[in-house]
Amino acid sequence: MSANGQPAPLLRLEGINTYYGQMHILQDVNLEVREGELVCLLGGNASGKSTTLKTILGIVEPRTGAVILDGRDVTRDSTAKRIERGLAIVPENRRLFGPMTVLENLELGAYLRPRADLQEDLERVYSIFPLLYERRKQLAGTLSGGEQQMVAMGRALMARPKLLLMDEPSMGLAPVLVERSFEVIQEVHRAGVAMLVVEQNANVSLSIADRGYVLSTGRVVLEGKASELLTHDELRKAYLGR
Amino acid sequence: MDWDKLVQLIVNGLTLGGVYALVALGFSMVYGILKLLNLAHGDVVMVGAFIGWGVLGWLGGAQDPAVAVWLLITLMVLAAMVGCGFIGVAIERFAYRPLRRAPRIAPLISALGVSFFIQNSVLLLFGANFRSYESFDLVDVGIGISWGPLNVWILRVVVFVSALAMMLGLWLLVTRTKLGKAMRATAFDREAAAMMGIDVDRVIVRTFFIGSALAGAAGVLIGLVFGSINHFMGFGYGLKGFTAAVVGGIGSIPGAMLGGLLIGLAEALSVGYIEDVTGRIADLTGGRFPRLGSQFSDLVVFLILIGFMLLRPQGILGKREVKKV
Ligand SMILES: Nc1ncnc2c1ncn2[C@@H]1O[C@H](COP(=O)(O)OP(=O)(O)OP(=O)(O)O)[C@@H](O)[C@H]1O
Ligand SMILES: [Mg+2]
Repeated sequence: MSANGQPAPLLRLEGINTYYGQMHILQDVNLEVREGELVCLLGGNASGKSTTLKTILGIVEPRTGAVILDGRDVTRDSTAKRIERGLAIVPENRRLFGPMTVLENLELGAYLRPRADLQEDLERVYSIFPLLYERRKQLAGTLSGGEQQMVAMGRALMARPKLLLMDEPSMGLAPVLVERSFEVIQEVHRAGVAMLVVEQNANVSLSIADRGYVLSTGRVVLEGKASELLTHDELRKAYLGR
Repeated sequence: MDWDKLVQLIVNGLTLGGVYALVALGFSMVYGILKLLNLAHGDVVMVGAFIGWGVLGWLGGAQDPAVAVWLLITLMVLAAMVGCGFIGVAIERFAYRPLRRAPRIAPLISALGVSFFIQNSVLLLFGANFRSYESFDLVDVGIGISWGPLNVWILRVVVFVSALAMMLGLWLLVTRTKLGKAMRATAFDREAAAMMGIDVDRVIVRTFFIGSALAGAAGVLIGLVFGSINHFMGFGYGLKGFTAAVVGGIGSIPGAMLGGLLIGLAEALSVGYIEDVTGRIADLTGGRFPRLGSQFSDLVVFLILIGFMLLRPQGILGKREVKKV
């Protein structure tokens, strides 16, 4: 807890500018996720949501600005160092290791964790997704889309993150599975994990989030409490379609 | 039918195939992880053969070895593996890594350059003479394993068994260890692997080390049973290893092992039968087709390569490349 009674920020992006070659993608992005918070990141296609998550994780490096993780500037640190400080990601399109088994995928999620904790971590993930235990020997590439989504979440949870990044976790899922994945997100959130969730489905994600940011062509154009964003005129026009 | 001859040829084919499989493995591992044809790989085999030869000379030579023969051979193989492993790491670091984001033709050309560089360095250091391990002095040709009319020189058995053992070791490494899992993950999706916290560069370096170490071992095994070595030998063995990797399914580790054994067998059987077969064809067709001697065995090997390229380009165990979206 910081002095003003607010939970301390777990993640802070300060004036981030990220480029792909000459293309200026993220433009002066400032963003914060506090301990235990669920924050959603909204925006249209190509607005820079995935790039924001990749910048946080260190897959791409910002040209200027700082990424502060758990009170430390990690802007120049490797992805591995950041993960050790409590990050994990459910990437866009899941990016499972298709020719490897479900169990191997989960083990890779725990790549930087001490081997001694592996069994315990596995059991924790199996208790959230009992199906993964049954399918542990199946090749990940042969699972259905919904099952693959569980592996992607389970794999991220294997890292025991303090902050979980999720890039469109409900993409390509049938409505009943979308609902289930939001339930899991809330479940994990209640267990104390902070989350930064990228979603196209603004309505549902804002309804479970504490706060939200809206990106448009690489800039934060709106931010605030989720409940306020839900009733915000501009946002409703742009994303909620009503 | 001369069964003794057939069995003898199969034994030769398996020995040769074991060596080809070791070479193919390095090709396939590097291709799997970087989608790069490491054209300098054959030259690493050649350097391995020279390192083994150097250790042999340093420890007294084949006539008068300073240590027990089994120890001598072990040391030759180990030295070649370590030496070539580091050469592989250096090749990756200086010739391929700076070009990782370049168009794919660039590292290919760089690989050719490395190949010439290594060949000419060895030429400069050792000259163009053929060298021999003088293996018949090292291990008497009469010592062997007999089974009925079959008699296999012990050194051939040693070569085949050590090739198999190394393949088994690699298989265990790739399937059972954390490094192996990281290698497979990186080969499948490098960015996703990085997202798990895998240090992708380090995994690539280790892949080069292991692949090149196997090539170095192959070089010594070649020197032990297939006669003389020279600075140019890498080309032929590299090409055979490449053929084996493609036939087995490039990028696939069991594929490389299988492809190696198949190509070795095909070559040995061609050596044994090409004269008979083409002779009979020439007789039947009144000399319309040429009679070929055993020196044309490579023709068969590369016809197999072309056949696979045309009919099953993904190889026996490879999967058709699915573009990742
Ligand atoms: N590796 C890359 N190289 C070059 N340009 C890229 C790369 N990755 C993304 N971009 C570009 O950066 C912009 C932002 O992409 P980003 O993936 O962050 O968008 P997004 O908000 O996640 O979109 P979506 O909702 O479609 O997933 C796009 O114009 C995209 O084409
Ligand atoms: Mg995206």
